[in-house]
Amino acid sequence: MQAQEPLTVLIAEDSAADRLLLSTIVRRQGHEVLTASNGAEAVDTFERQHPDLVLMDAMMPVMDGFEAARQIKALAGEALVPIIFLTSLTESEALARCLEAGGDDFLAKPYNQVILAAKIKAMDRLRRLQATVLQQRDLIAKHHDYLLNEQRVAKAVFDKVAHSGCLSAPSIRYLQSPYALFNGDLLLAAYTPAGDMHVMLGDFTGHGLPAAVGAMPLAEVFYGMTAKGYGLAETLREMNAKLKRILPVDMFCCATLLCLSFQRRSVEVWNGGMPDGYLHRMASGERVPLPARHLPLGILSAQAFDDRTDVYPMAVDDRVFLLSDGVIDTCDANDQLFGVERLQQVFAANREPDRLFEDIEQALRDFRGQARDDVSMVEVSLLESAQTQGPASAYPESGPSCPLDWSASFEFRGATLRRFNPLPFLLQLLLEVHGLRSQSGALYSVLAELYSNALEHGVLGLDSSLKRDAAGFARYYELRGARLASLQDGFVRVHLQVQPQGEGGCLVIRVEDSGKGFDVARIMERPLDTVRLSGRGISLVRQLGRNASWSDQGRSASVEFFWEIEA
Amino acid sequence: MTDPHVDRDVLDTLREVMEDGYQELLETFLADSESRLHELQATTSAKALSDVAHSFKGSASNMGAVRLAALCQDLESNAKDKSPETLAQLVAEIHGEFANVRSVYEDEKLHVHTH
Repeated sequence: MQAQEPLTVLIAEDSAADRLLLSTIVRRQGHEVLTASNGAEAVDTFERQHPDLVLMDAMMPVMDGFEAARQIKALAGEALVPIIFLTSLTESEALARCLEAGGDDFLAKPYNQVILAAKIKAMDRLRRLQATVLQQRDLIAKHHDYLLNEQRVAKAVFDKVAHSGCLSAPSIRYLQSPYALFNGDLLLAAYTPAGDMHVMLGDFTGHGLPAAVGAMPLAEVFYGMTAKGYGLAETLREMNAKLKRILPVDMFCCATLLCLSFQRRSVEVWNGGMPDGYLHRMASGERVPLPARHLPLGILSAQAFDDRTDVYPMAVDDRVFLLSDGVIDTCDANDQLFGVERLQQVFAANREPDRLFEDIEQALRDFRGQARDDVSMVEVSLLESAQTQGPASAYPESGPSCPLDWSASFEFRGATLRRFNPLPFLLQLLLEVHGLRSQSGALYSVLAELYSNALEHGVLGLDSSLKRDAAGFARYYELRGARLASLQDGFVRVHLQVQPQGEGGCLVIRVEDSGKGFDVARIMERPLDTVRLSGRGISLVRQLGRNASWSDQGRSASVEFFWEIEA
Repeated sequence: MTDPHVDRDVLDTLREVMEDGYQELLETFLADSESRLHELQATTSAKALSDVAHSFKGSASNMGAVRLAALCQDLESNAKDKSPETLAQLVAEIHGEFANVRSVYEDEKLHVHTH
């Protein structure tokens, strides 16, 4: 016989002879024995000495076994204290009463010690099983609390990072569970120094902390590079390389990145593995799908990664709508997917564009009957806005050693122009001059315009008049990609000259290119106008900088910035 | 030869289980039984008769007093339906049967000492 741990057994029996006999049997089986001669004594003894198991006579004076069993079960709470009724009862109704009162088993008189030993053993097994279940339940609850607390802390830290962006901008509406991070959903938005807006909706594989862990470095890259003036392509490359390096192979991040430019009236899109986004043109009501053209971030090596973006013209008040797969992958009771078609039916039925989220949520509820917590949606409008300044605190003060009298020249040649974006580097250099920091937005915008004019119209020889309509717009960016990819010769030169002047200083930017130039006089005759799709760059430069001029048949552009010493 | 009053196999088992406590068990049973007989004598309530008979039946069966247990069972089952005369008759029979088994248990007590 397997050795059994001794139990404390309470015997409640009014007949002295039976009590003596039973005590002796149970003691001989190696257990501690407590005795009571009626139900009230049994309850009292139970309260004081917490026996592991009770042998209970049904018929006893003062308080019968049924009532005593009920009280003992109530006192025991969640722990299982098995009660074996001692009975010579034969009617099934009386036996049923024993079970109803909380009894777990019966033992008939006359006692059989072999059966009694077997029953005590079986009840002890149950008792231990219950104790184990309770212990594990408590452990699970403890772990769960621990996990929730960890998530709270992680979320608080993450919110500090994520909310350094501009998700609260008036042009953005979004809907996300507060714990979306732990579903792997990630929504980020920030202004570039030129006032464009970068938006990212990401979806990491997996759930819980593993899904959230990649979000932190991704957000850092997104905000850091956006603030420094990097474009989508460079930011995407950096994100991809970082995730590739830090994530295990089965983890990656589907993502759509947008760059909305009010100045260019355009939206640039990169979609890697996310559901189609939609560009909603308010004038025509048309919804242009923005499909995934790439693998998610964190899969491909740097060499194989494709950072090509699509650019679409966008009018003021047009909207871009992005969503996570939680929307279209919502299942109903029969495992049917909500799907893209139902989403498009919601689009078609939508009468108030501002209530699109609510309509979609309602459709999901109607479809499934309950809400999911991994549904993320974001809608960004192109709003008429004042020139937005970049984040003022992006560059730490570098002390009094501010350079005030210098010049520098750069020449970026074919192979470099194909891949490298020199603007963040140039901007960072210029922002070493403290007096220019307050104009960093205008400075970056002008620099970006002059550089892209020199590259696109000069070196690549693209005709800006192509961009007059949507089709030409697409053609323009197609040509740009193709010509850039095969670029061998050509250059863009950037000359920077900083000089003290009076109480402040002056910056002269001159950008030259190897292109054919253009008819300066004809362009300069146009009125200052920022609303046209083509030829806008020159107007912008003239508005934001001073003394803008073009020479060498348009191949050389010059513009100046001034500042006063602040008191 | 089987004893119609006391199951000798039960006594053997009890002796084995109780060891040094066997004599005490016999004494306890006898004293307990005396008080139960007293209770049966003192009441005419059907409920009280039935309850006492139930308890008496339990310990009688544990002690191997098979006929005594059967008589108690009879009283327990019929206390509500039978006439007072019949019940008094049953109680008297229980008295008589106890007198029969008592001598067996007294013998056992002596028997313990001879071992």
